[in-house]
Amino acid sequence: MNLLTQPIGVSHYLIVGAFLFVTGVVCMATKRNALGVLMGIELVLNGANVNFVAFGSEYLRPDTLGIGLDGQLVALFVIVLAAAEAAVALAITLNFYNNHATVDVDQANELKG
Amino acid sequence: MEPINWHSFFFLLSSLVACVFALGVALSSNIVRMAFYLVLSLAATAGLFFLAGADFVGAMQLMIYVGGTLVLLIFGVMLTAKGPFITMKTSAGEWILSAVVGGSLLAMLLSAATSVQDWQTTYEPPAEARVTATRLGMGLLGARVDQLDEPDAAQRAGMSGYLLPFEIVSVHLLVVLIGAAYLARPKKRMVSSADRP
Repeated sequence: MNLLTQPIGVSHYLIVGAFLFVTGVVCMATKRNALGVLMGIELVLNGANVNFVAFGSEYLRPDTLGIGLDGQLVALFVIVLAAAEAAVALAITLNFYNNHATVDVDQANELKG
Repeated sequence: MEPINWHSFFFLLSSLVACVFALGVALSSNIVRMAFYLVLSLAATAGLFFLAGADFVGAMQLMIYVGGTLVLLIFGVMLTAKGPFITMKTSAGEWILSAVVGGSLLAMLLSAATSVQDWQTTYEPPAEARVTATRLGMGLLGARVDQLDEPDAAQRAGMSGYLLPFEIVSVHLLVVLIGAAYLARPKKRMVSSADRP
């Protein structure tokens, strides 16, 4: 196997990140449960995080080429902001569930013009 | 027969786990199973971070994401998973449409990821492991100890660390958590005290 004997490059990580991103987008588009949409958002953020870490890694490219430690710092910020976003989205979902007794996002059409 | 590169082997293993369970999240219609698949996918992504040399980010992924955010999500699932909300089917038309959109998006991203020659070239990683926690902490405090040898003084001035974003994100987290607690508070009963026994 070629993949098993060769070292890993940045583009391998980018492929994994792209796959996680696309599954997150599909999950966001198809789920009717509001928490399912939230899980899709988490997957999208993780796909972006994989790319940040890959470009900042000194194991995949020489130090002079990559973005160095900035990639890992941005990935940390993404993780913290994802926690904040999940807390707010969960609060909104629970509020919606309390008021409407459903978590179906298709039922949230009160603001429709 | 060349010897197996164990770094590549573990990369393949964890990327396979991450991708398969991410696909499971997207394709499953049971919300409880989706939450479990998401836990496994994010834990495997933490493995990818460890393999890229980002030990602190991988640990934070496990502690904050898997240990914090997903526990919050699972609490949300447990609070709302009743009867018809556990499995909500998506219509076939929406599946076809999203498969077309997702497939074309994936094709575009894959062609972009594999088209740059500089990203394809692999090199032997440095032999000694370099722990990143100290450098990351100094970067968050505003001192880029990893960039001290930058020869260009003008570029060195621009690498002033992440103290301001760190403060902004901490205040943001406080505001968001207060707002979330306010949003999710229990509703007040419209019962006057005279009605109570």
